[in-house]
Amino acid sequence: MSAHEHGHHKETFITKYIFSLDHKMIAKQYLITGLIMGIVGVLLSILFRMQIAWPEQSFGLFKVLLGENFAPGGVMRNDIYLALVTIHGTIMVFFVLTAGLSGTFSNLLIPLQIGARDMASGFMNMLSYWMFFISSVIMLSSLFIESGPASAGWTIYPPLSALPQAIPGSGLGMTLWLVSMAIFIASSLMGSLNYVVTVINLRTKGMTMTRLPLTVWAFFVTAIIGIVSFPVLFSAALLLIFDRSFGTSFFLSDIFIQGEVLHYQGGSPVLFEHLFWFLGHPEVYIVLLPALGITSEIIATNSRKPIFGYRAMIASILAIAFLSTIVWGHHMFISGMNPFLGSVFTFTTLLIAIPSAVKAFNYITTLWKGNLQLNPAMLFSIGLVSTFITGGLTGIILGDSTLDINVHDTYFVVAHFHLVMGISALYGFFAGVYHWFPKMFGKMMNKNLGYVHFWVTAVCAYGVFFPMHFIGMAGLPRRYYTNSAFPLFDELADVNVLITIFAIVGAVFQIVFFWNFFYSMFYGKKATQNPWKSNTLEWTTPVEHIHGNWPGEIPEVHRWPYDYSKPGHDEDFVSQITPMKEGEEELHH
Amino acid sequence: MTSLLIFFVLVLIGIAIWQLTKIFDLTQVGSNSADSEVANDKDNSINGYLMFAFVGFIYIFTIYSLLKWGDLVLGTPASEHGADVDNLMAISMYLIFFVQTITQFLLHYFTFKYRGKQGQKALYFADNNKLEAVWTIIPVIVLAGLILYGLYTWNDIMYYDDEEEVIYVELYAKQFGWEARYSGEDNTLGKANVRFIEGVNTLGVDLSDPAAQDDKVVNELHLPKGKKVVFKMRSQDVLHSAYMPHFRAQMNCVPGMITQFAFVPSMTTAEMREDEAIIAKVDKINKIRAKKSIELAAKGEEALDPYTFDYLLLCNKICGQSHYNMQMKIVVDTPEEFKAWLNEKPTLSSQWAEANAPAPVVVPVPEVVVPVETIEDSTKVVAQIIK
Repeated sequence: MSAHEHGHHKETFITKYIFSLDHKMIAKQYLITGLIMGIVGVLLSILFRMQIAWPEQSFGLFKVLLGENFAPGGVMRNDIYLALVTIHGTIMVFFVLTAGLSGTFSNLLIPLQIGARDMASGFMNMLSYWMFFISSVIMLSSLFIESGPASAGWTIYPPLSALPQAIPGSGLGMTLWLVSMAIFIASSLMGSLNYVVTVINLRTKGMTMTRLPLTVWAFFVTAIIGIVSFPVLFSAALLLIFDRSFGTSFFLSDIFIQGEVLHYQGGSPVLFEHLFWFLGHPEVYIVLLPALGITSEIIATNSRKPIFGYRAMIASILAIAFLSTIVWGHHMFISGMNPFLGSVFTFTTLLIAIPSAVKAFNYITTLWKGNLQLNPAMLFSIGLVSTFITGGLTGIILGDSTLDINVHDTYFVVAHFHLVMGISALYGFFAGVYHWFPKMFGKMMNKNLGYVHFWVTAVCAYGVFFPMHFIGMAGLPRRYYTNSAFPLFDELADVNVLITIFAIVGAVFQIVFFWNFFYSMFYGKKATQNPWKSNTLEWTTPVEHIHGNWPGEIPEVHRWPYDYSKPGHDEDFVSQITPMKEGEEELHH
Repeated sequence: MTSLLIFFVLVLIGIAIWQLTKIFDLTQVGSNSADSEVANDKDNSINGYLMFAFVGFIYIFTIYSLLKWGDLVLGTPASEHGADVDNLMAISMYLIFFVQTITQFLLHYFTFKYRGKQGQKALYFADNNKLEAVWTIIPVIVLAGLILYGLYTWNDIMYYDDEEEVIYVELYAKQFGWEARYSGEDNTLGKANVRFIEGVNTLGVDLSDPAAQDDKVVNELHLPKGKKVVFKMRSQDVLHSAYMPHFRAQMNCVPGMITQFAFVPSMTTAEMREDEAIIAKVDKINKIRAKKSIELAAKGEEALDPYTFDYLLLCNKICGQSHYNMQMKIVVDTPEEFKAWLNEKPTLSSQWAEANAPAPVVVPVPEVVVPVETIEDSTKVVAQIIK
């Protein structure tokens, strides 16, 4: 055991709340930082949605938030529109749904659910959080510089991202973006290594790999994907920094801009696309798998039933993880790469539908003949399955190179990935917060506010993203500052207004969640030790947080985590630490 | 200053509500048990019904969308391969709607049907290999079919026979506009490099190349109906994407390399304007524009022009500030009209001679440190590998 006895020395405010080594405190730090980044990310999306719905109109809100430089006379500048889109994507994908989601729940749940006193390296864990914090600050600071933040889209394809002549945001804004992401990647790698080592080495007695809750499986596999793919983005960012600042030509060649030929020769932007998407696609699963893991746990607990097909669920996590690293080319069907590669990537991409389908069916079967406790966490989990299906199905179209030709980079893509990874992962995040809030803060969140939050969000999420499929199939490209340059798109204006209204309502109602969150943190009802009557180990620890998690010995594990409503037991749950009764059989395979 | 005041008022209102909720909560002490924030039968019942209603919402919203926005999608394809693409799209869409309808129903119906009740016992049902096998194998079969059909079409679109009679056209992208170059009599595009860009030679064509002598550069793309057009695409600055939605065609334009896409236009612009769906679309758009024009006129601004249908080339890869307005008109002619149109256009070399007269026509020697190599046509190499 690497965790030593912390209880002996006195804690100051700084060691307890700021430079804490305790995984539970670090989880909370990740959560709060992630939520704050989430507020910024969503706010940015509201600003650019307003521009699309009511193009080139003057808004008082823009005057206040964007200022005279970014929005002269309250009208958003066209490059600032692109900047907002870029930073929205970056923040939501990396800062909210990677660090916020994984950082919070991997840190909180891995030690608690495997029966460890802390992470393998508490110090590295702290370092990981503080590097994430620094990268967040740098990313946010880029919103306040004169030339504006990075504006080349969250995929930062060069040459646009490499040349300040091409767009103002590719000056200092892009430099800050790259520095922030480099630090972010270092943070993410330290976190991931810690998760993997902890899961492998620090499981308590009896906690075999096939007795791990699916949450831990998901976090574990996610960490491995992160270790495999994030360094590749790091290398891409590094090479881009070289091209930008030191005159190399990794990604640039034959460029004539603003009346002069640049010296670059022999590089290829397609190389960057390969490097970027080698992270970029697994990143989708880095975002999604933890949410699916959280959902598996919550659906089983609240259905009062074992998760259906535990081993199939593990197998599908592994299959998705493996396939996720060999499908990146489906973002590049029309990038100019060899069409033969397009065929290969179509094949691997559509394969990924199989484990995904297995997961969806297993969730539905878990609900069947259950005794569903519809807590807010459960509603968000079911909501996740719903958006995962709706968004996932259109993947069949986008993963097919032939069909991708015509919908690539249109709003159809925006609809697809927001539903399948954005909204789904966000629902997983919310579900996790509602479910483990009592574990984190020792208080209960208000359920009625939770219900209001879910139902408004559920309706608005469909209201925003469902119509986007249609405007995408009408051929409307994404990342257009306004659609008024094409009379052809005039008939889409009404749809865009509707989408924006749904987006604004949905965003405003997130206030209910934040209210509930912060209010309950201070004044919520005291939580009992195991409020959801769950089997997993984290609910055997005391409500008040202590270093080392369990006051005495770490309990031994005697069974898998999903013995809900098992025949022969009085209660409808059997904790993992309950020894098998005499003659009791394992009823699962 | 006003915004600061508003901010403070909002903060104060927030604090007030916070305190009120707290007082309300304090008065509730004792009346609630420890697990009052855990769903009870009433919550399960209400949310169960709402879940059932939600699947209804999904269905109704889907049907509403199809009725209201179904006509927004691109209508009749204007290229030969477009029909295949649309066919595959239709099959995929039917499949998606079928699976979506059933799975969403089961998900929400089960949530409603098995909503928790005191004393209800869940079934201990941990796994079933047969069921698992069924829903693994069914997607495998369906996807195998889709993959095969998709790849067959893909290969059809992306590769063309060298023996076929084709027309080579270069699409040239830059911030923020398009140009096109026709290969002329010899049907061979002259070599080019951005380092040759000077004056009227905006595409950087190597005018010393014999193949370049009859090349013609234009700002409006004309295509002959029924002939295979092979587009060779270049960009001079950043990534662009040549998106021709009506032709179901798209390919990125990448600085430093030549990319390629080929298709056969199957309907002239005049024919497409007679298409029923297009007529309805144009009518609808013109009504919207007329309404907007009245509003503009009221404000004393210029009214909008009425819209007539034209094929378009759009930029569909984020390329900078005016990305949203990087377009070129495409006209599909009959082969005869096309020939007549092209014959009228001057060659680039003659334009160059005119612009630089009376000085003798000298190919400018570019002053660059690195040797100028014209870009290898990567698509040719690829085609050879495939063979």
